[in-house]
Amino acid sequence: MKHTIPQEEYMERGHMACLGCGGAHAMRYLLKGLGEKTIIALPACCWAVIPGVYPYSCMDIPLQYVAFEVTGAAISGIEAALKAKGKKDGTTVVGWAGDGGTADIGIQALSGAVERGHDVKYVCYDNEAYMNTGIQRSSATPRGAWTTTTPVGSTKAWKQTPKKNIVEIMVAHEIPYTCTASVAYPEDIIRKAVKMKEIEGPCYMQILAPCPTGWKYPPEKTIEIARLATETCIFPIYEVTDGKYKINKRIRDDKKKNIIDYFRTQGRFRKLDETTIQQIQSSVDAEWELLKKKEKCFGEEI
Amino acid sequence: MKMVLSGNEAAAYASMIARAEVIPAYPITPQTKIVEKIADLIADGKFNTQFIKMESEHSAMAAAISASLVGARTFTATSSQGLLLMHEMLHWASGSRTPVVMVNINRAIAPPWNVWADQSDSIAQRDTGWIQFYCESCQEVMDTTIQLYKICEDNDVLLPAMLSEDAFYLSHTSEPVDMPDQDAVDTFLGKFDPPYKLDVENPHSFGSLSMPHQWYMEFRYKIALAMEEARKKIVEVDREYGKIFGRSYGGMLDLYRCDDADIVLVAAGSMSSTIRVVVDELRENGAKVGFARLRVFRPFPAEEFRSLAAKVGTICVLDRSFCFGYEGAFFTEIKAALYGIDNPPLVRGYVIGIGGRDVTRNSLINIINDSNNPEIKGPVDTWVDLKRC
Amino acid sequence: MSDEHEIKITCYDDLQPAPVTMGKSLVFKTGSWRTMKPKIDLEKCKKCGFCWKFCPDMSIYEVDEYPVIDYDYCKGCGICANECPFDAITMLEEDLE
Repeated sequence: MKHTIPQEEYMERGHMACLGCGGAHAMRYLLKGLGEKTIIALPACCWAVIPGVYPYSCMDIPLQYVAFEVTGAAISGIEAALKAKGKKDGTTVVGWAGDGGTADIGIQALSGAVERGHDVKYVCYDNEAYMNTGIQRSSATPRGAWTTTTPVGSTKAWKQTPKKNIVEIMVAHEIPYTCTASVAYPEDIIRKAVKMKEIEGPCYMQILAPCPTGWKYPPEKTIEIARLATETCIFPIYEVTDGKYKINKRIRDDKKKNIIDYFRTQGRFRKLDETTIQQIQSSVDAEWELLKKKEKCFGEEI
Repeated sequence: MKMVLSGNEAAAYASMIARAEVIPAYPITPQTKIVEKIADLIADGKFNTQFIKMESEHSAMAAAISASLVGARTFTATSSQGLLLMHEMLHWASGSRTPVVMVNINRAIAPPWNVWADQSDSIAQRDTGWIQFYCESCQEVMDTTIQLYKICEDNDVLLPAMLSEDAFYLSHTSEPVDMPDQDAVDTFLGKFDPPYKLDVENPHSFGSLSMPHQWYMEFRYKIALAMEEARKKIVEVDREYGKIFGRSYGGMLDLYRCDDADIVLVAAGSMSSTIRVVVDELRENGAKVGFARLRVFRPFPAEEFRSLAAKVGTICVLDRSFCFGYEGAFFTEIKAALYGIDNPPLVRGYVIGIGGRDVTRNSLINIINDSNNPEIKGPVDTWVDLKRC
Repeated sequence: MSDEHEIKITCYDDLQPAPVTMGKSLVFKTGSWRTMKPKIDLEKCKKCGFCWKFCPDMSIYEVDEYPVIDYDYCKGCGICANECPFDAITMLEEDLE
């Protein structure tokens, strides 16, 4: 059998993730990149349940469960304590939070941690809503999506505002490394994890982790849908190293798929009208063009 | 080494002499001098510690908990609104069994804005699973901070502790303070070595899910047991500290001229010094008055109060805080401790000094005279020194 | 294989001071959640490793270079069947097998 990713596993079978959980993929791949000398702090999110109930855990690495809004603060404390104890060298300190814990309630602690320049890696597994509490909208929910707090109804009350661009917020902190990734591309996640491990200083990674339960699609489609998100350019895969942009999954204009192909795969977009789809298509196109310009203006070529 | 230090400076020096390894903190009046002094000590190369300038008190406590789980000795300081913002993480600290030591400057809660002495902030944290101390002097701030590490880091205790000192009366008042010798403190405290750590060599998860039929309730019971252990440890450590360093503070309840007293005043914090002066004055005039200083509020010195109650006729409880809808917390808890004893004393409650209002000699004399008033039959909560409109 | 990970706690005296995990999730046989069961046709398998790579439950392992499904833990999500480029995996209803 061909192995395009490392064979070592740092999480065990028997975890509590739903069938086809993109969040389970994301952790599995991240740990393959980071290796066993990793300490994770994780707040309230699906992953607060996935490892299993006391006294069992699927994790082969040290893990601290923290309060919802403190992931950034917790990893700051862990990093400082490891330094105080002379144990920091060779150990990677990781904050692992969902999109709500990152873009909403945890954004203050995250901003504080990266601004202070701790040698920490913050990874957001982005399933685009509060999934553990039952699919409530977060600021990272994309425009047009149904959630239990943006029920569509007769007034078409799907989420009206765009997805908060937390990646660019991190870039604005001028940290050494910021990137997006997707469970559709494990090799890319692992490469980026290795890169983060080698960089001394704060890094941010946002992994698109589709959720069958919340996005309303059959569990076998997780990887396929994640791939479509990148092929339609609604979730581009890129990295920003010391301010220099690089698109890692380049989508040629003639290969770029329409957003409708992505929306059709998921129940959460089922009731969207033609006008809104067109509006979203235009904004996806504009964002993609902007990203390409950023790569050209602030890319590695210069 | 003798120095002239404010309460805040004494706290900063104590964190240094106790060798706190990680200090996540956020500035708030009137605690600021603590973080500034720590920053100075680090800048001058005298203090080797990881000082994290956090972006909020809530985050400061979160970072302290994580650092403690790694096995680092941690210190932080806050006050009032900052302490209230920390509230969620205070529970997290005790639930994680992390012996974080914190100095809290007792300051009033807004609105209206008021930065002066008031114990409502720490009283509101009564049920968070923290050990709570109240100090009377800058020297006691220094000594108690050191004692707290010894108490909290004991493997039978492993609970966080806060030391409270009144805003400005103590935080900004300078007194001669003796800082103990570093080697002696090192020997006294030893190294912090909790049974489990966040450690890549020996991985564990901390704080995972526990269902109703599993072990959540038992973990809470363990905290209750640890508080009982702390009760013994507090007295033991204060005694041991006294033997080594020559100063001790009466364990849980610091009694002053109570032996043959008819009336005993109970209070915590900086007003204690004023009360001692008044007690001395009244004693000279032949009145049998004593003072019991509540040094520790959690665990609560219930047994100590029962012993005291057996000997006195009246206990006047002075609360520098108020629990709306009932009465001052010290008043409530002391009465509860005395429930069911034979011949209980008259217990009277006085709310005093709220928002930093001075607690004067005259206020105290009035309270003592009031408690002697034979017309008063049962316990009543009285607000002292209210303005007449 | 999972019995060795069973932790015995009978009273609070056995508890650590804080909730610290001591055992592995292997005690949870998540295969019992399954309603659809993947089956690999080794004739069609080209050993590309996609099924192993994309399994969110680490429930595909390798024997003699071929993928084998660990039904103790496989939840039956069907990602392996969906991602197999050679249609070598089919999903069957659990009770029809």
